[in-house]
Amino acid sequence: MELTRRSFLKLAGVTAAAASLTSVGYRKAAADPGERLRIRYTQEFHTICTFCGVGCGIICNVRDGVIVNAEGDPDHPVNEGTLCSKGSSISNVSYTFDEKGKPRPNPKRLTDVLYRAPGSDSYEVKDWDWALDKIARRIKESRDRTHEATAMVDGEEVTVNRTKAIGWLGSAFCTGEENYLFHKMARAIGIVSMDHCARL
Amino acid sequence: MKTQICLIDASKCIGCRGCQSACKQWNQLPAVETEFTGTYENPPRYSCSTWTKVVFREYRENGRLQWLMSKQGCMHCTDAACKLACPTGAIYHTDEGTVTIDEIRCIGCNYCAAACPFNVIGFDRFTNRAKKCTFCYDRLVNGMEPSCSAVCPTDSLVFGNEREIIAKAQNRVDHLRKNGNPEARIYGLDEVDGTAMLYVLADKPEKYGLPADPRVPFGTRVWNAIYGPLRFLVVIAVGFGLWANITKNRELDRAKEETQKGSE
Amino acid sequence: MTNHWIDYQHSDVFMAIGGNTAENHPISMKWIEKAREEKGAKLITVDPRFNRTAAVSDLYVPLRPGTNTAYLGGLAHYILENNLYHREYVEHYTNATYLIEEGFEFDDVAGVFSGIEDDPARNAKKYDRTTWQYQRDEDGNVKKDPFMQDPNCVMNLMREHFRNYSIENVSQITGCPVDTLEESYRMFSTTGKPERAGNILYAMGITQFTHGAQNVRAIGLVQLLLGNMGRAGGGVNAQRGQSNVQGATDMAILYHIIPGYMGTPQQAAHPTLGDYIEKETPETGWWSNKPRYLISLLKAFYGENATADNQFAYQWLPKLDGKDASHIAMYKNMSKGEVEGMICWADNPAVSGPTAGAKREYSAKMKWLVSVDLFENETASFWKREAGANPEEIDTEVFILPAAASYEREGNKANSGRWIQWQWKAQEPPGNCKSDLWIVNELFKKLQKIYEEEGGAVPEQITKMAWDYDGNDGQVDIVKVCKDINGYNVNNGSLVNNFLDLQLDGSTACGNWLYSGYYNDLDNPPTKRRTPEKEGIGSHLDWSFAWPLNRRIVYNRASADPSGKPWNPDVPQVWWDEDEGKWKTNDVPDFNVNIPPQQSAEIPFIMLPEGQGRLFSAFVNDGPFPAHYEPADSPVPNLLYPEATYNPISQRFYEDHVVETEEEKERYPYVLTTYRVVEHYQSGIMTRNMPWLIEMMPEFFVEIDEELADKLGIANGDRVAIESKRLYNNGEQDSIEAKACVTKRLQPLMINGQKKHIVGLPFHWGYMGKSTGAVANDLTPSVGDPNTTIPEFKASLCNIRRVG
Repeated sequence: MELTRRSFLKLAGVTAAAASLTSVGYRKAAADPGERLRIRYTQEFHTICTFCGVGCGIICNVRDGVIVNAEGDPDHPVNEGTLCSKGSSISNVSYTFDEKGKPRPNPKRLTDVLYRAPGSDSYEVKDWDWALDKIARRIKESRDRTHEATAMVDGEEVTVNRTKAIGWLGSAFCTGEENYLFHKMARAIGIVSMDHCARL
Repeated sequence: MKTQICLIDASKCIGCRGCQSACKQWNQLPAVETEFTGTYENPPRYSCSTWTKVVFREYRENGRLQWLMSKQGCMHCTDAACKLACPTGAIYHTDEGTVTIDEIRCIGCNYCAAACPFNVIGFDRFTNRAKKCTFCYDRLVNGMEPSCSAVCPTDSLVFGNEREIIAKAQNRVDHLRKNGNPEARIYGLDEVDGTAMLYVLADKPEKYGLPADPRVPFGTRVWNAIYGPLRFLVVIAVGFGLWANITKNRELDRAKEETQKGSE
Repeated sequence: MTNHWIDYQHSDVFMAIGGNTAENHPISMKWIEKAREEKGAKLITVDPRFNRTAAVSDLYVPLRPGTNTAYLGGLAHYILENNLYHREYVEHYTNATYLIEEGFEFDDVAGVFSGIEDDPARNAKKYDRTTWQYQRDEDGNVKKDPFMQDPNCVMNLMREHFRNYSIENVSQITGCPVDTLEESYRMFSTTGKPERAGNILYAMGITQFTHGAQNVRAIGLVQLLLGNMGRAGGGVNAQRGQSNVQGATDMAILYHIIPGYMGTPQQAAHPTLGDYIEKETPETGWWSNKPRYLISLLKAFYGENATADNQFAYQWLPKLDGKDASHIAMYKNMSKGEVEGMICWADNPAVSGPTAGAKREYSAKMKWLVSVDLFENETASFWKREAGANPEEIDTEVFILPAAASYEREGNKANSGRWIQWQWKAQEPPGNCKSDLWIVNELFKKLQKIYEEEGGAVPEQITKMAWDYDGNDGQVDIVKVCKDINGYNVNNGSLVNNFLDLQLDGSTACGNWLYSGYYNDLDNPPTKRRTPEKEGIGSHLDWSFAWPLNRRIVYNRASADPSGKPWNPDVPQVWWDEDEGKWKTNDVPDFNVNIPPQQSAEIPFIMLPEGQGRLFSAFVNDGPFPAHYEPADSPVPNLLYPEATYNPISQRFYEDHVVETEEEKERYPYVLTTYRVVEHYQSGIMTRNMPWLIEMMPEFFVEIDEELADKLGIANGDRVAIESKRLYNNGEQDSIEAKACVTKRLQPLMINGQKKHIVGLPFHWGYMGKSTGAVANDLTPSVGDPNTTIPEFKASLCNIRRVG
């Protein structure tokens, strides 16, 4: 059988693994790992690797809403199933493996809204509504205090509608749609100090 | 019976280590705690959770600078020292030509690790088993190529038909020799009667950290010749030990889980 | 990138300069190796370090960090002296024949062009560009000399400008041996032959200098001379380091632009929409359409609140005051207490910004800080003891919002080749994590509500912003955002096909004209297409969508000669079929196909008003030709221009950031460069929390050559302290620590007879996360390029010593 990288796709998904063993004289691997492909009966999702500007395709195999495997997308014309060390480790963001090889949620991953009060030496867990409300208030306070509606240019009053007191960074990690909304929101506030990783 | 093998063209390896992490990803192997010791190569040794890694070597000779990188790990030898050394017959050649450890038969004696001329077999202290690269047997029998070769961006690793791979390797060696690498060679064609990991090296194997002349240790061969026929007796003997061991392990696990639950 | 990744397979010679492609873009090597295997292509690596790309290269060219302009100037000199340029291409497709004003000159002693004057506001110099203009006749047409004999034609000015960039001089500056230089120049110049294509690929090792833009200009100049622009296998290929850095740039998360690369309004020049349109719209070239794109953008932003009567709400867009508002300037303002708060979306400047240590101190002057990230990062936790701070003294409120990983949310990501690809969501984010789309939507709705209810400073600026992206179940309807970006007809909401449909009268809305067409079909949006090409040249026109108009190689008219015959018939991109009297294509043409080939040949570079490639450009702040300037922190004087300082146009933000005196040069004798490794990503906050990667690259390290290590008694794995002027405060020298990597891959270079050592530091580490280490950027200066203000990370001076 001529193997292609494409054969990966045919086999994953809901296609049952069917091993055809034609050999005589050699044993099949008797026990584990054997023919039970661990991505059998999984759903496939196509994602884009987040680790550089090449834009490699990655297939995530998902079972019961959880990623069980993430590897190069053989159909993707740029990477044709290949990946580098970062790309092939991407699932490590969500899961790590303990000494016995059992998956555990990455213990360092943030899963709660955290707040640090002035002078405090720790974070406290908060809910979204509280945090978003508080942040919106902070933006408003800073904006209202520092907003310049007009400026004098050569003796003429010009509408400028800006505040230099709020900084805005990012992000090359976020999607185009997210960045579009970032831009809209920032300009609505009047932010001019805006930058992202293209410069860093 | 080897019909499909893996070419490791070291002259094309860029050291991205996609193979190294893809192996861990597919086989769900935990990371190892390591420290920086002055080389990019890490972990320092193979273990039950590190089956393959990229080996880095740097040289400056006669003004020529070389940074040699290659993926290394189990070679899946035809004349496999580990198989000969195994007292329980747990190590065998599969129908795909790969060398595999049967976890049920393995007694964790580590003779295989000691005999391996490439030092690539690790020991799992939790299950008391020897562990190493399986050539992604589960993928092979399902029509997929091993995760390391599937991930390789530069075709430094190519999986395919043995005859085609050998021809490809030969062409590559010719090309390298013509382009300033007089020591370029194939490695793994004759060594230990041929390996399922066939290398193209741009220089001598020692410079890549590979043994120049890998062999089954003489002791292992003698041991195998004498002891081979009596293997079945030992299987029975260790079977009991094994059973006891598993039971014990389960008890320990259970106890540990309960302790953890209690503390939560 | 003018080309794209798969197109690399068509190159004959690659020059990887200022970019470690095997390490930072490993999949590029797939296509480079393919070209080498199938057509015998050559790979040249130009880099201070013998890196993983160099390890597999045909030729390795070492050079001192910060001397790329000299190297590339030398290449231009070599091409011109030996007449290796692509003559027909240069004559027809570039401004080589244009005449420049008589007063234009370059001062070889001071290293400045005509028109230099003081710029006290920026504590630097600036140029009056009057003498840099084209000579024009009474009708305003540019004067040209088709035979290129006039001493003031661009070709001859260029020959004159580069006359000192001989191989010997370049060798003295860069430290690269003469024969290696010559071999690299010879190898790359072979692509001046019409049928051959040369590819210059680069990354931050070209741009992150006080003369970064001129480095890029030098690459453009070489590629125009060799006829490599617009060609399959050619191009100026800026390899983007992050999955959507292209997209975030397209969406203008940069102070100086608004989406689609239009300038942010300036208070002095653009008080009204009319002023903006009048001053920013050229008469010729594609940008003559700018008003359509701007008005459509204003309609997308302000919806029905943007009308012809209120300048389409133009006045609600904030205006700049002419000053830099980039990263360095923002932190400078913060140091003065002028920045009250900051929102960081997946950004970690406490590690990735220059002089990062000082920036963490400035952060304490803010009242509040919001950080949206997957892991707790250094920027958010600048107040912790791990950062060397005392929490009790810091009153900044910090909010950390947990975000979704890339595969936990959907949306588009633009790769380096401008392919706008769709990223599908594979699983739900854990715990209370939310996508940034949800966060920005909820946060802005909240802000709008507060302003609607309570008013405030010019509340309309916020309340009149069109914002309707809610979907079902408290989620965001991303399709609504896509429609906004793609563009639609205001009266019936139907999607526009592409930016050719955009109107001046406010009847269309479009959030980003370059993206127009990426989502023009709700059932089968082009961005989600997944049909690989079966035959062709690898354009894959049915796979996702590339801006602009799904074009894969920009300026592709230049791939064929004026009559429409491809320079390289083996890889035809566009060609004129004589028999049928029409164009045939393998890509989306970047020119008007309805005019005869000879006519389109006059304007192959359609974005430019003159329509031809600029060997000479009056639009660069620091000079129309690239000139060699030393980096701000330099161990040697400028060999070519004895009185030159570092780039004189670069803004001097801090008085004390740069090594200037001889005593300081002795105190910091080694050239420091920062870089990345394949195992980690940017500021490392993701990868330093990913055990598989930490295992491979566990600790912060410093690369030192063997000779220097020997001299300083440093062995592999020793602890080493690294010092720079940025850590010298009030007479006390601070330092950061790293483990030594003593390596053969670095070597001292002979610079004008003096031996100089190079020290390398990966910048991935910080004090948070699973793998921690010192922050390399604590050492780097806050100086930047005069066009972009990108910081000079790649070349500075340091001292190192063994600890203990």
